[in-house]
Amino acid sequence: MKPVISGVLGALVFAAMATTALAETKLTIATVNNGDMIRMQGLTADFTKANPDISLEWVTLEENVLREKVTTDIATKGGQFDVLTIGTYEVPIWGKKGWLVPLTTIDEPDDLLPAIRGGLTVDGKLYASPFYGESSMVMYRTDLMNKAGLKMPDAPTWKFIREAADKMTDKANGIYGVCLRGKAGWGENMAFITATSNSFGARWFDENWKPQFDQPEWKATMSYYLDLMNADGPPGASSNGFNENLALFNSGKCGMWIDATVAASFVTNPKDSKVADKVGFALAPDNGLGKRGNWLWAWSLAIPAGSAKIDAAQKFVSWATSRRYTELVASKEGWANVPPGTRKSLYANPEYAKVPFAKMTLDSINSADPTHPTVKPVPYVGVQFVAIPEFAGIATTVGQIFSAALAGEKTLDAALAEAQETTTREMTKAGYIK
Amino acid sequence: MARAVSTRRRMFFTAFAWAIAFVIFFPILWTILTSFKTEGDAIELPPKFLFFQWTLENYGIVQERSNYLLFAFNSVVLALGSTIFALLIAIPSAWAMAFAPGKRTKDLLMWMLSTKMMPPVGALIPIYLIFRDFHLLDTRGGIIAVLMLLNLPIIIWMLYTYFKEIPGEILEAARMDGASIGKELLYVLTPMAIPGIASTILLNVILAWNEAFWTLSLTTKDAAPLTQFIASYSSPEGLFWAKLSAASTMAIAPILVLGWFAQKQLVRGLTFGAVK
Repeated sequence: MKPVISGVLGALVFAAMATTALAETKLTIATVNNGDMIRMQGLTADFTKANPDISLEWVTLEENVLREKVTTDIATKGGQFDVLTIGTYEVPIWGKKGWLVPLTTIDEPDDLLPAIRGGLTVDGKLYASPFYGESSMVMYRTDLMNKAGLKMPDAPTWKFIREAADKMTDKANGIYGVCLRGKAGWGENMAFITATSNSFGARWFDENWKPQFDQPEWKATMSYYLDLMNADGPPGASSNGFNENLALFNSGKCGMWIDATVAASFVTNPKDSKVADKVGFALAPDNGLGKRGNWLWAWSLAIPAGSAKIDAAQKFVSWATSRRYTELVASKEGWANVPPGTRKSLYANPEYAKVPFAKMTLDSINSADPTHPTVKPVPYVGVQFVAIPEFAGIATTVGQIFSAALAGEKTLDAALAEAQETTTREMTKAGYIK
Repeated sequence: MARAVSTRRRMFFTAFAWAIAFVIFFPILWTILTSFKTEGDAIELPPKFLFFQWTLENYGIVQERSNYLLFAFNSVVLALGSTIFALLIAIPSAWAMAFAPGKRTKDLLMWMLSTKMMPPVGALIPIYLIFRDFHLLDTRGGIIAVLMLLNLPIIIWMLYTYFKEIPGEILEAARMDGASIGKELLYVLTPMAIPGIASTILLNVILAWNEAFWTLSLTTKDAAPLTQFIASYSSPEGLFWAKLSAASTMAIAPILVLGWFAQKQLVRGLTFGAVK
């Protein structure tokens, strides 16, 4: 009996050692719940096969929960995560604070789109590698546009958008000319309004960090936005964010929707959209001032300085954001499902060029410049945000004020005065204004 | 005639009660219905109530993507663990406050309750640092301790109220018969307060099951309960309502069943001592 027991024990010890040897490094990856990230979780066998000593564990969370959790962990050096999914807003701030590890082994860094790469670089060092990038653009109903007797230009002006919205609106039949974000939040209505304000010549701060809501450019922006939404927007627009507008557009209630380029794949998917075969795309509008009203965002992978597994994490980030990964997705799920907006090579690929929204996405991304986002000079980086830690809090408050103005609870002048006062107070408290 | 009016009134009140119950239950019903819709039907305007293409696809996707059993197991462990430990502290505390009150007992009770008034985020960073230094992040033991402390004031208050209803003379009689404090607590007080203790247990299990702030902040994968399971199906950009509803239905199902079977005890316990 003894030899049997010894044999079993020996086998168990060997098995345990073999398991340890095969999965020496376990990476914990924090990620947001979106289609591209979920798809990646299903394709990681390709990575673990090439790196049998690394295993992956995923923590998928809603964006705001993830942001809160990751910020707490990174600020306290909790070390709970080895790879983080973070946005363009966090990267420059966290990179400057030394909370992120500079990425040194990224696959073909010169292949990254310059606008996206610029937003993830601090003092010449890349602190995050883009997994997918997005801008914003106009999505419109081709049938309603034809009915209105208009033709959408590739690069429309805000004046044209107003004219088209007026003509497409048919409230008796539940058709609203335009659907725009109104829900309060720095990443909700303020992303849209800030990007729009750039095309009206407005800016959040002057060169001395003085808030600019008391300037005529902001009045022109907000006056246009409120007039347009009151005349042609859906009821209850002050509660509408991305998902609410997506639901309205897919149900055939919106003539135009100006929002994230990532929405293109949703509105053209016949499984979810009633208008999938009637959608056209155009660049975000402008006012002829040299800046368009589109934003720039990238969900990127970064490594927190508190991670004890930096080498393995670098390998994973390099694989997940490589050209090879896009080819892997294309081979398994088709080119339309490849994460967009990060690499030049993707847009040079003739197969990808056949995807209906590919060119418009690239043109939109290329027309946004996070280092020079506004007509007048500014001391900050970021198109639809200002890359300073205080921005999220301030912009959420301003977003609530503007949302209240859209709901008719405040006048335009009162909203702008309140936004100016709030922002000035917070910026003074934070030490930007002496 | 009077009998007819009475029947009519009874019917009216019955219908009224059912209508109120339906309104209260509607969000849960809507979540369950949405979980059987396609993502397209889930966002359809105007919404479809019953006539849509019923599908189990969302449950399949949720099962495939997440380890539901691990999340559910963690929820059960955290809810029961925090309740048991809380009772071990709360029963003697409430006994002392009800039957041997000091000068400051009332102040102490108020102070305990006041800790519930502080926004939890105010304590997040210090607790996170303590957890980090003691290697308690993402451990069941750590989160049980937090949930236990979180609900302790309410449990002590509830038990204190129930114990106050029990005549002190009965305890005195037990003491005269030679019962020690332990025996008095275990064999005299506890059996008499069973309805109160049962409803306290149920309420605490429900509170611990639903707690989201601390469980989301202090756990990641090994100790993560169903709150994290639900949070992983929400998305600011994309169609997710049907899958989120399926995840929510799976998360609330156990506590809903428990609540359904225990509703008599729950109502009896919550109204215990309310009418004199």
